[in-house]
Amino acid sequence: MSIHRKNVLGAVFLAILGLLPLFLNSYWVDVLNSIGIYAILGLSLNLIVGHSGLFNLGHAAFYAVGAYTAAILNTHFHIPVLWLLPLCALTAGLFALVIARPIIHLRGDYLCIVTIGIGEIVRIALINNIFGITGGANGIFGISRPSILGLTLRTPTHFFYLILVFTLLTIFLFHLLEYSRFGRALNFLREDAVAAEGSGINTAHYKLAAFVLGAAWAGMVGNIYAAKMTIISPESFTFWESVLMFAIVILGGSGSIFGVLLGAALIVGLPELFREFASARMLVFGAAMVAMMIFRTQGILPPRPRSYDLFETVEGERKA
Amino acid sequence: MSLLSIQRLTKNFGGLTAVNNVSFDVEQGSVVGLIGPNGAGKTTVFNLITGIYQPDQGAISFEQASLLRLPTHRIVSLGIARTFQTIRLFQNMSVLENVLAGCHCRMKSGILSSMFHFPRQQREERAAIDRALKALDFVGLRDQAENLSKNLSYGNQRLLEIARALGTEPRLLVLDEPAGGMNENETAQLVSLIERIRGMGITVLLIEHDMSLVMRVCEQIVVLEYGSKIAEGSPEEIQRNERVIAAYLGTEDG
Ligand SMILES: Nc1ncnc2c1ncn2[C@@H]1O[C@H](COP(=O)(O)OP(=O)(O)OP(=O)(O)O)[C@@H](O)[C@H]1O
Ligand SMILES: [Mg+2]
Repeated sequence: MSIHRKNVLGAVFLAILGLLPLFLNSYWVDVLNSIGIYAILGLSLNLIVGHSGLFNLGHAAFYAVGAYTAAILNTHFHIPVLWLLPLCALTAGLFALVIARPIIHLRGDYLCIVTIGIGEIVRIALINNIFGITGGANGIFGISRPSILGLTLRTPTHFFYLILVFTLLTIFLFHLLEYSRFGRALNFLREDAVAAEGSGINTAHYKLAAFVLGAAWAGMVGNIYAAKMTIISPESFTFWESVLMFAIVILGGSGSIFGVLLGAALIVGLPELFREFASARMLVFGAAMVAMMIFRTQGILPPRPRSYDLFETVEGERKA
Repeated sequence: MSLLSIQRLTKNFGGLTAVNNVSFDVEQGSVVGLIGPNGAGKTTVFNLITGIYQPDQGAISFEQASLLRLPTHRIVSLGIARTFQTIRLFQNMSVLENVLAGCHCRMKSGILSSMFHFPRQQREERAAIDRALKALDFVGLRDQAENLSKNLSYGNQRLLEIARALGTEPRLLVLDEPAGGMNENETAQLVSLIERIRGMGITVLLIEHDMSLVMRVCEQIVVLEYGSKIAEGSPEEIQRNERVIAAYLGTEDG
């Protein structure tokens, strides 16, 4: 498919997506919002699991740190919640740095188990009202509604556009990241860490960087979630959330942006379409995962190899 | 002064002494061979040089600076690049990207410029791709740049490992059995490649079982047996050396 046709298709798709809230009731707009939130969470986890091959089954912990940072600072100091986005990235990123540093050298399955533990510790700490500021099991309510340029965001449709913009920005930046020294380094790490180190790549640094960046991004999603809900509690950050994010990455296609988007749409969207079969949800989900592992281990839309411009440049000019 | 100097190097694995009190020097601009029977400790010496293992005793210095306790990637950026005995390419990535892995340590873009593609990042990226293509040209794999590395023939995979190592702009290239699995024709090309690498001023240290290759390209040979150095000298000297002959023929009193 030519670049031109791709761009046209992309623009048409975006236009349809952008107009959807005009035709859907607020329930379905909210479903789209959930898909968007999980898509960004999936993309952030994709840096860690998909690109770097580091098993992280505790991603909800970083999401929670971001959400609670926003909630606490907004309710105590009345700082507009969206202004707190960078700070939420910072706290979630720092938290990841502190906890990941001692465990990052662990091999796949061990790392996986430790991250599950971290997710649970964070959730239980929140329930126990750690430092007296998380509100215990009830959580925090009364987060003020965000406003952009004087418009206060209230309805699902308002949030739809906020989440859409944030999703597009994430896709754009993560796509650029894939085509960079940093993005490649993560992949070298996943493919063969010994060879990567032997080729001059500081593997310990990049493992940590992937974790911190993924966590910081999840922290920002936490902020948006807190702003949208105006009330948050530990229930929203359970092990099941981490499992969902992980499944989105694996099912959609590890390391592939489109794969993760599709994964989010399927895993969050399909159960809504088939509400009447809600009781069979887990069964279908499980069966789909098993089928995947047998027939398509790379996910539905695995990443395609990057392509580069192979024409050498001579002092800034093109050589045929 | 020699480029690489190894002094009284010892490495134990449990009760096994894989490298025992080995010393030798590699002179700037030379091609040095490290030979010995299977299990003699050759690869272990390479792993000690490149920081994958830490020696129990002894010293390794490169351009007069000690390499001890440096992490592998630091040693690479100081100018020592290697290939692996069992090929370790990034299988599911393109041939070009494998070489870009080597270029990584000569690039600077951090996380932010990688995410925002600042102009400096774009220039650096372009320069790295050009450099990687040159390295591929040099080993004769330019036309394979976009293939996945796992789809290359065995011999070409070995060449790609060399191209990746050259991508790090090394002063010393350490090759672990570069001709392993190559046919005669490919081996002949490898010999000329090693000569061209040396022509660029890069010093080469190589492990090889193919004696005709070793005798042709190396001016200095170090022989290990059961972890100890048993001989060192020119190809002629090594071919005449009684202990070496005994080691290779497997006589008991060697
Ligand atoms: N990580 C390790 N743990 C334990 N023993 C090891 C380790 N690495 C190497 N050895 C042992 O050290 C000895 C030397 O191994 P090494 O790989 O250096 O031999 P080599 O000379 O490269 O042999 P070959 O020609 O077969 O490649 C062998 O007996 C090997 O089993
Ligand atoms: Mg060996």
